[in-house]
Amino acid sequence: MTGIELSPAWTLIAGAALVPFLRGVARGIWTIALPLAGMVQLWLLPAGEFGQLQFLGEQLVLLRVDRWSVLFSLIFLIAALLSSIYALHVRDWVQPTAGLAYAGAAIGAVLAGDLLTLFAFWELTALTSVFLIWARGSERAYRAGMRYIVIQLVSGMLLLFGALQQLAATGTLRFEHIGLDAPGGLLIFLAFGIKCAFPLLHNWLQDAYPEATEAGTVFLSAFTTKLAVYALARGFAGTEALIWIGATMTAFPIFYAVIENDLRRVLAYSLNNQLGFMVVGIGIGTELALNGTASHAFSHILYKALLFMSMGAVLHRVGTINGSELGGLYKSMPWTAGFCIVGAASISAFPLFSGFVSKSMLLSAAAGEGHLITWLVLLFASAGVFHHSGIKIPYFAFFAHDSGKRCEEAPLNMLVAMAITAALCIGIGVYPDPLYAMLPFVVEYVPYTGSHVLTQLQLLVFSALAFSVLMRTGIYPPEMRLVNLDSDWVYRRFAPTLVQAIGAGAAVAWRELRDVFARPVRGAAAWLVRHHAPEGLLARTWTTGGMAMWVALLLAAYLIVYYY
Amino acid sequence: MMRPGSEREYWLDRKENVDKVYWGVWVLCALLFLIEPLVHKHGDFAFENWFGFHGWYGFVASVGLVLAAKLLRVILNRPEDYYDRH
Repeated sequence: MTGIELSPAWTLIAGAALVPFLRGVARGIWTIALPLAGMVQLWLLPAGEFGQLQFLGEQLVLLRVDRWSVLFSLIFLIAALLSSIYALHVRDWVQPTAGLAYAGAAIGAVLAGDLLTLFAFWELTALTSVFLIWARGSERAYRAGMRYIVIQLVSGMLLLFGALQQLAATGTLRFEHIGLDAPGGLLIFLAFGIKCAFPLLHNWLQDAYPEATEAGTVFLSAFTTKLAVYALARGFAGTEALIWIGATMTAFPIFYAVIENDLRRVLAYSLNNQLGFMVVGIGIGTELALNGTASHAFSHILYKALLFMSMGAVLHRVGTINGSELGGLYKSMPWTAGFCIVGAASISAFPLFSGFVSKSMLLSAAAGEGHLITWLVLLFASAGVFHHSGIKIPYFAFFAHDSGKRCEEAPLNMLVAMAITAALCIGIGVYPDPLYAMLPFVVEYVPYTGSHVLTQLQLLVFSALAFSVLMRTGIYPPEMRLVNLDSDWVYRRFAPTLVQAIGAGAAVAWRELRDVFARPVRGAAAWLVRHHAPEGLLARTWTTGGMAMWVALLLAAYLIVYYY
Repeated sequence: MMRPGSEREYWLDRKENVDKVYWGVWVLCALLFLIEPLVHKHGDFAFENWFGFHGWYGFVASVGLVLAAKLLRVILNRPEDYYDRH
C-alpha cells in the first residue's frame, strides 16, 4: 500500500479503459459514476503526501493532498461529471473514453508532488485529449489535432529537460516554488507557458479547440489550460513577468474575438483572455491575488464549459457554428439560449453570477498593489469580454437577424448538463462562501459592496450601450466567412513556404554546383569519345597501305634524326 | 421544419419592441448615473471616484475595441480556405 490507490486520477483512468466494452445505458451510468466515485475518494482523502516511490534512485511523490491540489481536483471532477452528462448522447466510444482518461490525467498532474510524475501526467493529458479532436472525423480536424499534439508534446519535453536540470543541480525532483532563476526554471516556465497559452505560444488553443467534437470541446475547455494555471501558481507565484504576460493575454485575444466568425473560436479567444486574469493574479502573488486566481479558475471552468455546451448544442442541431449563418435560434432553442445567457452573464462578471465574485478579487489585488496600468488593462479586458462573450455569442447565435433556421431544442442530456452548470454559476455568484472556504488562503474579501456592484454595473451596461449604438448605426463589423491570421500563420504558412523556398533554392544551387565540377569531366569525356569511340580517330580500323605509309614515314623521320 | 411565415410571432419580431430594448439600455445607463451619488465609492485609485468613471471607461473601451478590431480585420483577413490551399 503506497497510497496511490487512493487517487481519484486512477479511478478515472482505469475506469475509462472499461468504457469501450460497455454499451447504451450501462456506459452512460458508468461514465457518470466514475467522476462521482472520484469525488467520494477526494472527500475521503486526508491532507498529506502519499504514494512515495523510489524510481531510478529518486524519491517520487505521486499524491500530494493540500488546499491547492484538492480545489483543482474537485473542479476537474465536477467538469468531468458535467462533460460526461453532456456527452451521454454520443454513440462512439472514443469520446467518453478519451474524455475521462484526459480528466484523470489532469487530476493526476494536479495531485503530483514531484516533477517527474507531473511530466508523466502532463504528457498523458496531451495524448488522451487529442482523440477528442480527431473524433470529429474530418481531414481538417485530423490536421488540427496533429498540430495540437506536436505543440503539447514539445511542452512536455521542455518540462522534462527543466526537471532534469533541476535534479542535476539540486538533487531533488520535488515540485515546489521554482522561480525563473532556478536551474531549469526557464524551461519549466516555457513548458507551463505553452499549455497556459501565453501570447505567441497561444494559438494551438484557438486552432484546435473549435475543431473538436461538440462534447470534446467541453472536455478540452476545462483541463489543459487550468492545469497550467495550477502549475504556474505552484511554481512561479510572485514572478513579476507574469503580470505583464497576463495583462497582454487579457487584452489582445479580444480583438480577434470581435472579428472571428466561428463562435466556438470566439470562445477559445475569450478562454485565452480569462487565463490572462489568472496569470496576472499569479504574477502579483499576494494571498488575495492567488485566492483570486484559484477562485477564478474554479468559476471560469464552469461558465466556460456552459458557453461551449450551448454553442455545441447549436452546432449539434444546426450543423454550423458560424455567426454569419446563425441568428434567431431563441425561437427553436429557448432553453439553450437561456443557459447561454447565464454563462454569458457569468463570464462578464455581472453581480450575482460566478465571475463577479472571483474576478473582482483579481482586480482588487491589482489595484491594491498599485499596478495602475495592469489594472486599466484588466478593466478594458473586462469590458471587452462582456462585449464579445457576453453579448456577441448569445446575440449572433440566438438573436440578431432571423436566419430562418428552425431546429429542435438540444437533446435532454445536454439540457440537463447545461442546467446543472448554470445553477452552479448562479449559486457561486449568489452565495460564494463555500467556494471562498476552499481557497488556498483565508479569505477576508467582501465582493458585494455598493461600490463594487455599482462600478461593475456601470462598466457593463455602458459597454452594452456601446454595442447597441454600434449595431444600430451599422458601424459594428458584420460576421463574415473569413480566416483571421494569428500566430499559427508562422507554422501553417510561413514555415512551410520557407521550407519550400529553401528546398527550391537548394535544388538550384545543387544543379549549379554539379555543373561547375561536371564541365571539365564532361569535356574530358567528350575528348575521349572523339578520339577513342568507334568512329574516333584512334579507334578506326586502318588500312594496310596506310599503315605501311606511316611506318615508312616514321623510318624516314628516324633516319633524318640519326644523320644529324 | 416550419416556414417562418407560418409560426407564431414573437415579441422581438416587432421592430418597436427591439426599439424598446434599445432605449431601455439608455434608460438603464441613465439610472446607473443617477444613483451614483447615493453610493459611497471606495476605489483604490483617486480617479476611480470621478463621476461615472467606470461607465465612461466601459463605453470608450468598447467603442475603441470594436473600431480597432475592424481595422485589424482589414489587415488580417484571408479567404476562408486560406490554409487549405497548397
